[in-house]
Amino acid sequence: MSRYNRHIIMPEIGPKGQEKLAKAKVLVIGAGGLGCPVLQYLAAAGIGTIGIVDFDVVEISNLQRQVLFGTSDVGKNKALAAKEHLLDLNNTIQIETYPYQLTYQNALNLFRQYDIVVDGSDNFPTRYLVNDACILTEKPLVYGAIFKFEGQVAVFNYNNGPSYRCLFPEPPKDGSVPNCSDIGVLGVLPGIIGSMQANEVLKIILGLGSVISGSLLLYNALTAQTTTISINRSESQFEKVLSQRDAFQKKEMKNLCETSTFEVDIKDISSYRNIQFIDVREMHEEPKVDLDGAIQLPMSILESRLNEIDANGTKILFCASGIRSLKAATLLQQHGISHAYSLKDGVQALITHQKNKEHERA
Amino acid sequence: MNLTIKYFGMLAEATQCQEEEFLFSQESVSDLLKMLFVKYPELEEKDFQVAQNNQIVSKDSKIETTEIALLPPFAGG
Repeated sequence: MSRYNRHIIMPEIGPKGQEKLAKAKVLVIGAGGLGCPVLQYLAAAGIGTIGIVDFDVVEISNLQRQVLFGTSDVGKNKALAAKEHLLDLNNTIQIETYPYQLTYQNALNLFRQYDIVVDGSDNFPTRYLVNDACILTEKPLVYGAIFKFEGQVAVFNYNNGPSYRCLFPEPPKDGSVPNCSDIGVLGVLPGIIGSMQANEVLKIILGLGSVISGSLLLYNALTAQTTTISINRSESQFEKVLSQRDAFQKKEMKNLCETSTFEVDIKDISSYRNIQFIDVREMHEEPKVDLDGAIQLPMSILESRLNEIDANGTKILFCASGIRSLKAATLLQQHGISHAYSLKDGVQALITHQKNKEHERA
Repeated sequence: MNLTIKYFGMLAEATQCQEEEFLFSQESVSDLLKMLFVKYPELEEKDFQVAQNNQIVSKDSKIETTEIALLPPFAGG
């Protein structure tokens, strides 16, 4: 137990408190700017089970603030890369990874396996999904969000306190609130806000101090000022969520904002209108495919030629396996081409689909 | 009444200030917002909540203190 000596020698924590941490299960949504410090401090503190949900991959532009990762992680899934580093930090804890998108279909089962949920996501559809799923599974939600030099921290759905919807009842209009990737963020800010979230998690588990429940803490990194705003619990907001319990798992993650990508399966492609295929493979790559109106914009030059893409209609991007096209879809969405999707399993899925269609016609 | 209005996040970008004094003689938060929208047309397009004396209040509530804050939601993580 010498690992936790500096905790244990404090009478406020002691061996009993440390045991509470070891028994705790915390789920972290997003291993990004906020998720990284949250995960680092929770792992170091000896939280017995940590779950990490993130479908995204590490990009070089993440390293300015996502300090859990290194240059060699670029291209790796964030949940898996985070686990590797965290096990090096503390190999006595259990780390579960969920390297896929949080959805209305998987959230409830996932949340039920944990005691506390931490929101480190970067878009409103996920934030509202996390809030609603926490209400339905009765889990405290440790919330954090950032904008350029400012951050917000709160604990929602804790001890009969308010939820995120009691503060902001409905998601803002699409595209009205920009994101870190659109507008930038001071690298150290998510470090500060994420560390505050980790602190709230520890206080909840240890029963120490007072949790930021029933209020929202605002922090400005430029002025070092904090402001605390009280929020009342709104029963109607809880009822709204609870009354939709049965419909919850049938909901879809629509309105995903610009920075969230998603993939499409070839069998679902008929539900999209006005499709244009974009081949992001390099010019020399085989097999070639013949598609009406398709264009080829290799990944290596895609960013410099985004202006050649008509922003209207649905863009289906494909590569050899679906990895590069997922990155490409992210890039397009970040540049305002919101209906850009990556084709799962890449060109092979497309060829099989075409063959099947030919068979049907024959 | 002389109000102190604080703007957070992207609202402070729309108003080009984080805090200002605002002379106000009417009754409700919504009256105040109407005047602010005239001064800062960009604000009208933003989503935000209003706090009076550090307490979130509805937009039809009466103004009873001199300290008002406008809080937008943040997406970033």
